[in-house]
Amino acid sequence: MWSWSFTWSTLPYILDAMKMTILATIVGFAIALVGGLLLAMGRRSKNRLISLIFTGVIEFVRSTPLLVQLYFLFYGLPAIGISLGPFTAGVLGLGIHYSAYLSEVYRSGIEAVPRGQWEAAKALNFTRWTMWRRIILPQAIRPVVPVLGNYLIVMFKETPVLSAITLVEMLMAAKMIGAESFRYLEAFTLVGILFLILSYASSLLIRRLELKWNRT
Amino acid sequence: MVSVDLLPLLYQGAVTTLKVTVLSMGVAFLLSFLAGFARLSRRKSIRLVSSVYVEVFRGTSLIVQLFWLFYALPLLGIELTALAAGVAALGLNYGAYGSEVVRSAILAVPKGQTEASIALNMSPMLRMRRVILPQAMVIMLPSFSNLAIELLKGTSLVSLITMADLTYQGMILRTFDASRTFEIFGLILLMYFVMAYPLTLMMRWLERRFSAGRV
Repeated sequence: MWSWSFTWSTLPYILDAMKMTILATIVGFAIALVGGLLLAMGRRSKNRLISLIFTGVIEFVRSTPLLVQLYFLFYGLPAIGISLGPFTAGVLGLGIHYSAYLSEVYRSGIEAVPRGQWEAAKALNFTRWTMWRRIILPQAIRPVVPVLGNYLIVMFKETPVLSAITLVEMLMAAKMIGAESFRYLEAFTLVGILFLILSYASSLLIRRLELKWNRT
Repeated sequence: MVSVDLLPLLYQGAVTTLKVTVLSMGVAFLLSFLAGFARLSRRKSIRLVSSVYVEVFRGTSLIVQLFWLFYALPLLGIELTALAAGVAALGLNYGAYGSEVVRSAILAVPKGQTEASIALNMSPMLRMRRVILPQAMVIMLPSFSNLAIELLKGTSLVSLITMADLTYQGMILRTFDASRTFEIFGLILLMYFVMAYPLTLMMRWLERRFSAGRV
């Protein structure tokens, strides 16, 4: 049933595809970090209409499945003339989906900044840009770094969904091996174990960073 | 845009999506409590088994578990239908997340409550049922509602193991007329939102109701 020699023969292909998994995670996370901040700030706008629009976008993106959003980007957009490759559509979908989640994280960080800091910034006649960049954001982001780190792991575990839009990452590689040999067991199990090792190791790493962070 | 002709098939898909959601929620809810209590057991072996379960299912992704149950398990001699594999994967995955919610909520109930029930000579069973759980449930509510929304969204993945849910119907409709793909998936996103948003509203309502009079 379980063949070790077959397992070892598939390992190089899957490890090769792991590069794509990690690359997609990092690019997607970078998009989500920036997008989340923009959404969080847009939601705080003094203009009621803008704030409402941003709230609506965040709620909508959070309430719909990543898979369907990916289909929309990859298969839906070409119908109106915008064609994206699997990698672009994939990281964009992943990034936008988690922007909505990260905006909530940023929001909690921003709301935790004491009122006095805003007032002091105003009293010192800082421009809005300087106030956000030099006073508010440094204090808002620091305490939420561990939460952001956790979302990095969550996003890493979501990347196999990108196989549905033909991106060859670990799960897709395993599926292709399975389709070729009719042996799905070894390849899929291997992918599962690799995910487990990587996400467990990174969660330990984040916990250690968190401890170090809190000490200073 | 006239989308009316798409609706019958999409409606069928939505019914399947809701069916999978409800069944998986049942399994996940049960497993959450089972594994959550097991994590707090006095016996080390029980704690170990449940932490392995939780770590394995939280550490690998839902889609990998789904594919494993559907494509790999038959090679070990266990064949599951798409529905069984889907419900099992969703139930096991969200059960693992839910067990952490149960565990942390029970631990969050102040220790004085346990001590008071012991002082009142309540049996452990009665203590849990009448004192600890009612307070822990209030703490669990927001996290459970969040998980319910995540689970509903997670069901879209069963389309990849041949189940004819809402997402799957979209892929089918797309093959008839690819030029309408934008409209089809836009409509499907809207339908998922319509299904998920009541859960969000219900969560807020429950939170307000149960936190009334408590601070």
